[in-house]
Amino acid sequence: MADTAVLADAPADHGDGHGEHHSSTGLSNNKLAMWLFLGSECLLFGGLISTYMLYRGRHSENLGPDQLWDIPFTSASSFVLLMSSLTMVLAVSSAHRRNLRNAKIWLAVTATLGSLFVAGQVYEFTTFYREGLGFTTSLFSSSFYTLTGFHGVHVTVGIIMLLSLVAMLSKQRVHGDKAETVEMVGLYWHFVDVVWILIFTLVYLIPA
Amino acid sequence: MSTETMSTETVDHTTEAGHGEHDEHADHGWSDGKYIQLAVILAVITGLEVYASYADWLGPAFIPSLIIMMVVKFVAVVMFFMHLKFDNKIFSWLFYAGLFLAVGVYVALLVTFQFFNR
Repeated sequence: MADTAVLADAPADHGDGHGEHHSSTGLSNNKLAMWLFLGSECLLFGGLISTYMLYRGRHSENLGPDQLWDIPFTSASSFVLLMSSLTMVLAVSSAHRRNLRNAKIWLAVTATLGSLFVAGQVYEFTTFYREGLGFTTSLFSSSFYTLTGFHGVHVTVGIIMLLSLVAMLSKQRVHGDKAETVEMVGLYWHFVDVVWILIFTLVYLIPA
Repeated sequence: MSTETMSTETVDHTTEAGHGEHDEHADHGWSDGKYIQLAVILAVITGLEVYASYADWLGPAFIPSLIIMMVVKFVAVVMFFMHLKFDNKIFSWLFYAGLFLAVGVYVALLVTFQFFNR
């Protein structure tokens, strides 16, 4: 039955795929807009990372990175987010093969891994807060919570996008090229992963 | 199981034939196996980063080695998982323009702040 569903989706996709909006360059407008958006996001996270780098030494003696960071725990979180990029690319790959059943499964797995990462971040923030590191405790804490908090919000938005996409694909509410829609969400998700690659090294692994 | 494989293959063939004229649809990158291989390599690099953060013997090479591993992971995800290597160059320009502008502006900012702190 699932195969029938896959095949039944194929002609509709094929037809709609040609109806998508393309610019004078022959490229998809959606994709151009997404890459432009991601380019502008580089400026946002660049600002937040720079601010953290400037203020990471501005803390009291007993509430700095050396006392607070739990590297094994954060490494596990990073591994989870990295693997979510793999499941996302497998979802995109399945969508391009017009296997929507597999695409939906991989999207759901990606959302689950993303939720695990966010849960880890909530646990980490709670632990730091209990140890006395509030948002306004020091310039270090403010810049740290702002940077990692903004990233966490981006991951949460990504999870909402993934779950919405699974629901919309299930109810056949996605119009136009379904593979491209999955790819757009995938680009956003990979960007969130790429930002964490920078944060993990610059914030957690390199000592202040 | 074999029915599933056959149906997928049939659809794949149709896809290739139908979308050949679109640049951005012409090449969707690697096979799933290659993506899994890359993910394993990225996981190993992450492990090496964590190991390096505990290793005292790296000395002055500690921070450069971490930065190199970070850049390798960044580029690998952007080029292969985000398909920039296989996509139209305009997408690369859009992304790298934002990235290099960000790096340039914030390196200048950091240098300026350190200058005034002296």
